[in-house]
Amino acid sequence: MGLAGYLIVSTVLFAIGAFGFMARRNAILMLICIELMLNAVNLSLVAFNAYRPTASVNGAIFALMIMAVAAAEATVGLALIIAIIRTRQTAEVDEYHDLKE
Amino acid sequence: MELLIALIPALPLIGFLFSVLVGSRLDHVPSHGHDDYDAQAHPTDTDAADVHESADVAAHAPDAHDEVEEALESVPTEEEQAETSPHAGHADDLANAQGADGVIPEELNNGLGQSGHVAPDGPQPRYRSWIVPTALVGIMWLFSMVVFANVIFGGKTFHVTVYEWIASGDFKIEIAFFVDALTAMLLLVVSSVGLLVHVYSIGYMNGDRGFWRFFAYLNLFMFSMLLLILGDNYLMLYIGWEAVGLCSYALIGFWYKKPSAAGAAKKAFVVNRIGDLGFALGIMMIWTLLGTLNFDGVFEGIGGVSQMQVTIIALLLFAGAVGKSAQFPLHVWLPDAMEGPTPVSALIHAATMVNAGVYMVARSNPIFAHAPIAMWVVAGIGIFTAIFAAAIALTQNDIKKVLAYSTVSQLAYMFTALGIGAWAAAIFHLVSHGFFKGLLFMGSGSVIHGAGGEQDMRLLGGLREKMKWTYWTMVIGSLALAGIPIFAGFFSKDEILGEAFNRGYLLFYLVGVVVAFMTAFYTFRMIFMTFHGRWRGPHEVWRHVHESAATMVAPLAILAVPTVLVGLLFGLPPEGGLIHGWLGGVFEESDHAGILPGSIAAGEHHGFELFGGGGLLLLVGAAAGVLGILLAYRWYVQRTEEPARFVERIPFGLGPGMYRASVNKYYVDDIYQLIFARGGVIVGELLWWFDAKVIDGAVNGTGRLADWIGGGLRKVQTGRVENYGLGMAAGLVLVLIAFLVWR
Repeated sequence: MGLAGYLIVSTVLFAIGAFGFMARRNAILMLICIELMLNAVNLSLVAFNAYRPTASVNGAIFALMIMAVAAAEATVGLALIIAIIRTRQTAEVDEYHDLKE
Repeated sequence: MELLIALIPALPLIGFLFSVLVGSRLDHVPSHGHDDYDAQAHPTDTDAADVHESADVAAHAPDAHDEVEEALESVPTEEEQAETSPHAGHADDLANAQGADGVIPEELNNGLGQSGHVAPDGPQPRYRSWIVPTALVGIMWLFSMVVFANVIFGGKTFHVTVYEWIASGDFKIEIAFFVDALTAMLLLVVSSVGLLVHVYSIGYMNGDRGFWRFFAYLNLFMFSMLLLILGDNYLMLYIGWEAVGLCSYALIGFWYKKPSAAGAAKKAFVVNRIGDLGFALGIMMIWTLLGTLNFDGVFEGIGGVSQMQVTIIALLLFAGAVGKSAQFPLHVWLPDAMEGPTPVSALIHAATMVNAGVYMVARSNPIFAHAPIAMWVVAGIGIFTAIFAAAIALTQNDIKKVLAYSTVSQLAYMFTALGIGAWAAAIFHLVSHGFFKGLLFMGSGSVIHGAGGEQDMRLLGGLREKMKWTYWTMVIGSLALAGIPIFAGFFSKDEILGEAFNRGYLLFYLVGVVVAFMTAFYTFRMIFMTFHGRWRGPHEVWRHVHESAATMVAPLAILAVPTVLVGLLFGLPPEGGLIHGWLGGVFEESDHAGILPGSIAAGEHHGFELFGGGGLLLLVGAAAGVLGILLAYRWYVQRTEEPARFVERIPFGLGPGMYRASVNKYYVDDIYQLIFARGGVIVGELLWWFDAKVIDGAVNGTGRLADWIGGGLRKVQTGRVENYGLGMAAGLVLVLIAFLVWR
């Protein structure tokens, strides 16, 4: 398998995330899909790091960084979504079209 | 002496400031009865109702006013109606300025105001605002004469630097005065005529609400004119040049509520600007090429400039002179400038300001001497204008217009002289012309004043009975203008003609003799129509005809003296008079410019011979003058029906057409009206269309395009998160593809 296997898994994860982000209408599920894509990237970063010829932790640190950012993003995102759900009484993003022209 | 010279222009400036500050409080002008400003707001022949109103407002002699108007309406014959009809409907400036030919004399109310009509109630009229300005000009005259004597008899020149005005690197402009013989000659004319006009105006402007304003303007004019002739560099000359133009504008439009006066002022200003643009460009070119504007520096450096550049400079300078001295094709403003009060016509438009162009060309003689082509242009325009203006003056019926065209013609003589290199002769004629034309204009003002404001010579006549002083002084002036021996004009004019002959300009000489004949004819046509025969105006006005006040007649009598003597004093013996000795130094370098090869002057100069070629030339010149006077006497005193018959006898039936053309000033005004006024409107309309359609179209089009693009783009903003997400994903894919393709 080697590196290619990790990358395939990563690609599949990313594709699922991207598809989910575009196809789903539920705000919380879209947030989860974003997390999925981020983690796909994390996986590829860690895999690249592991298969590097010289020993290094850069990829891992990058992944940790992304996890931290993702955590913050998820927090803020969730807070926003909950606030919207409270006011609009729905999680369907189709209903959130007041910002159109 | 330096202080004296610096004070010469300063004194009128002080007088101007004084008049502006306190002048209006010194006069008390009766506010009713002389209210010619409002009453004459619309003095056009179509506004008959208005005119009758004004007759009521003008409390005195309303009947006379009506009579005058009726007489005016009935007088013009078929041919003469052509004179007024083309202008009657014009509302534009150019035509406005001509519209009032012999319509309602502007000085009617003024003139009768002189006859002692005083409002019964209210304080006595009081005029004191003339005292300070006139006194200052009097002192200025004394200083001028001292300077004149020092320069002319002492043979000195003066440079007076007042202070450094502009200093920027190598470029320096000083407020500095320069007096040499040329300036001294101008100083003589300007200060003498200026002082006399001040005195004359005391009587002439009596009863006018703008009395103090008039003196303020006169003093400002004196200041500007003195700056012009005293300036030591081209910039000061230019400042004076523009300032006299401004004063001319203010004084032509002195009766500013009269549309024709306001129009004439505007016309004079605009036409002068055309010439001044050339003058300004010439000065800029001088500075660009030589880096200095001081006369000395320029004349030293001009030899090192290429032939073509000198020619361009000379022509540009001459363009300014053409405008200021009213030469063809920019002569049109001067006849209309007669809308101004007559003292203004005498001072500015005959004796001083219009000479500025001649002075400037004479002052720039080293430049012109290096530019033979420019000299030819000067002489050519001069001789053409001379005969052109004389041919118009033959048929004019307004006494002031005759004199105005005569002025144009005489100035043209001077330019002819300048163009053939007869510098001193031109200045000689300038001086003598300044005196006798000033005299003639003041005399015509006295006639207008005494005859109740009538300017149309067809309605005058027989005035010599009642206006003896005016008659005799004007005859003296006319004899001088006609070039009759012993009078000033004879010597100066014949000197120009003689120079033209000697220097080999035979054609110019012949045309000049013809012009001399025409000059004598129209001058005495004016004298005979005005002073001889019987009164042709309304009866009531005749009763009021009177000799003018002493303040008006005295300047006439005083001016008659130099009119007789200047020629004898300055010009004897012919072609070698005193004035040549005085001016010799100024024109030393350029003396031989313009002499044609093979001419008398080019060969051995054997001086003037009274019983030789020179005497013969004098005889021809005098004969032309005498013949002109005799013809005028025959036509306008003995057989008054003769002119009309002569017109019919011109072959091929051209007579009436030629007459009409002359009366209508050869349609120059109408052509300008057509080309520049109408043409301007058409060009303006085209530009307006271009602006509205193309420029505005482009601007509005840009706006509409942005609007349209925005309208398309706003559909993209759906407000749906998934659409944005799709957009981002699509963008990402595009970037990836681009990355893969162009890697």
